[in-house]
Amino acid sequence: MAYNHKKELSKPERFVGGHRLCAGCGAGIVCRAMTRALDEGDRAVICNATGCLEVSSFLYPYTAWEDSYIHSAFENAAATCGGVEAAYKALKKKGRVQDNYKFLTIGGDGGTYDIGFQSLSGAMERGHDMVYFCYDNEAYMNTGIQRSSSTPRFASATTSPAGTASTGKTQEKKDLTAILAAHRIPYVAQTTFLGNFKDFHEKAHRAIYTPGPAFVNVLAPCPRGWQYSPELLPELCRLAVETCVWPLFEVVEGRWMLSYEPRKKLPVTEFMKLQGRFKHCFQPGNEWILEAAQQYVDEKWEELLAKCRG
Amino acid sequence: MSIRERLSGNEAIAYAMRQIEPDVFAAFPITPSTEIPQYFAQYVANGQVSTQYVTVESEHSSMSTCVGAAAAGARAVTATSSCGLAFMYEMLYVAASARLPITLACVNRTLTGPININNDHSDSMGARDSGWLQIYAENNQEAYDNYLQAMRISEDPRVRLPIMICQDGFITSHAVENILLEEDAAVKRFVGEYKPEHYLLKHENPLAVGPYDTCPYCMEHKVQQAEAMKAAKQVVLEVAADFERTFGRKYGFFECYEMEDAQVALVLIGSTAGTAKACIRNLRAQGVKAGLVKLRVFRPFPMEELAAALSHVKAVAVMDKCEGNSGCGGPLFAETCAACYDLPVRPMLINVVYGLAGRDCRVEDVERVYRHLLKMAETGVTGPRYLHMGQRSNAEEVL
Repeated sequence: MAYNHKKELSKPERFVGGHRLCAGCGAGIVCRAMTRALDEGDRAVICNATGCLEVSSFLYPYTAWEDSYIHSAFENAAATCGGVEAAYKALKKKGRVQDNYKFLTIGGDGGTYDIGFQSLSGAMERGHDMVYFCYDNEAYMNTGIQRSSSTPRFASATTSPAGTASTGKTQEKKDLTAILAAHRIPYVAQTTFLGNFKDFHEKAHRAIYTPGPAFVNVLAPCPRGWQYSPELLPELCRLAVETCVWPLFEVVEGRWMLSYEPRKKLPVTEFMKLQGRFKHCFQPGNEWILEAAQQYVDEKWEELLAKCRG
Repeated sequence: MSIRERLSGNEAIAYAMRQIEPDVFAAFPITPSTEIPQYFAQYVANGQVSTQYVTVESEHSSMSTCVGAAAAGARAVTATSSCGLAFMYEMLYVAASARLPITLACVNRTLTGPININNDHSDSMGARDSGWLQIYAENNQEAYDNYLQAMRISEDPRVRLPIMICQDGFITSHAVENILLEEDAAVKRFVGEYKPEHYLLKHENPLAVGPYDTCPYCMEHKVQQAEAMKAAKQVVLEVAADFERTFGRKYGFFECYEMEDAQVALVLIGSTAGTAKACIRNLRAQGVKAGLVKLRVFRPFPMEELAAALSHVKAVAVMDKCEGNSGCGGPLFAETCAACYDLPVRPMLINVVYGLAGRDCRVEDVERVYRHLLKMAETGVTGPRYLHMGQRSNAEEVL
């Protein structure tokens, strides 16, 4: 059935107000949109890695989650979710649980790309019927904007600051979505917040309703870490896609499919110039940085096109 | 009717697990507990159990899986040793604070540094303050019997804390001994079903687990947990009493062996008790009034009861199969000293650290300790209080 934005938004909210996330934060948007992709009537258990989202959405005795929710630690959201899913199978078989449940895990890039990577890989390989959503804001924001393996090259973070002898992070961003695709799990996708959320919604729904493990990587800007004015969030997401910094695609049963190809690819500087973390890149003498950043994006984009052409 | 068998300690635990048929079993192999998930995998492969068997990629994930499963409303179990337990360390505290009655079969092995696969108690002793109940076994029969009692204790609404059922790596885990097993139906009846009040998959209402616990509430939750550990003492005894009524074997916080008139005594944990009992029989034949307290329940610690058991003894050696690295003794010594502090007349107390990393402890080794205690009792001089057994050393503090 065709996506109907108005109808989707008229569903009861499952991630509600009262949480303490910053204005202009991507994490809360992921939570609303991912739970909106659940069919009404289906129940869910949300598993959450430690991070901004956890400490902002479930502070005893208040929770912003309408569904059952569990946080246990930082590096183990996927393993925790696997345990919940295993329990569901056992209890369903015994007739002690009648409802239909879906299992959604959510973590930031710290809990997903880095400290939780082993647990994620293990849970995906074992084939639990679950979806892992990463809200990728490209640094350890909860502890104060330290670099992660997801932080792009040249971004300034508190443990990879720009300085007189530094141009920010020296390593390129880890391509986690491709690594998850290499697990040959049934469904992998990359998305962000665009327009009427059709892309996000359809991918989340497909991920949730594909049997077996699925992974959805969501670029979710952070106003504190990226240093932008909160109202620029949708514009940054649009520019990430239009510059091909964050391409939209799906990998279904190992088959790569591009979701969107910009009619005219915008220069990467359009995305970078709105963010304080790249400010030093625009200083005179640093023109090579902008060239290197563009070259990297171009190469990755060509690589992706080749995969999608098969 | 009990069934006469011959099983290793690992087999006995796996056998009990098959009989109980937990909802979820998550494990990662590590010597010497590896056989437990192996035996269980065969039960799964043969269709003997309906358990969801999750072959995780690490011990951190096995405990995380158990946390998720138990919170979801399932009976969840795991097994591990040594570094595996250490790798779970963070999650042990999470399991206890979330009040999830997970059962962990701990096959005690020394904690790496340097690496060694043999038995001592440094792994579980390292987790002694994590909020888990800990019950130790002398032999395979006790390992089996303790496992059958574990869930009744930990799932009791007055407790709701996770539990470790410990046995000595290789010494009991791999040695085949005579054992009395109980019938499947009788075990299932005794253990019963896990029926949590609140869980993630409950139809009536959703549940949120694992909050960021703010200052106005967090300490209350920690105190509730501490109260549950205190309440566990009564539950341990109640379950033991029911176990005795049902299966005929008697258990308590500890076993007193020849303690009524003992002048000198050992306090120790685990398989060395068998060696000590053999030694006591020899000494008693020579007229020496030697006794033994074999501690079964280390958490909760039976403080008053242990003090009462030692109150009439002249000299006591607390045998720690674990280095304390405190500069003044092992963990069992510290607890026993604290327990005895309020006695009107305290026994003389020394600590003997022994058996680290699988170092054998023979009857003659134990006898040296008793002889040392007799000298203390005779002279009234305690001497050095923190000793290590059987070292290649010229140092004075050697036993």
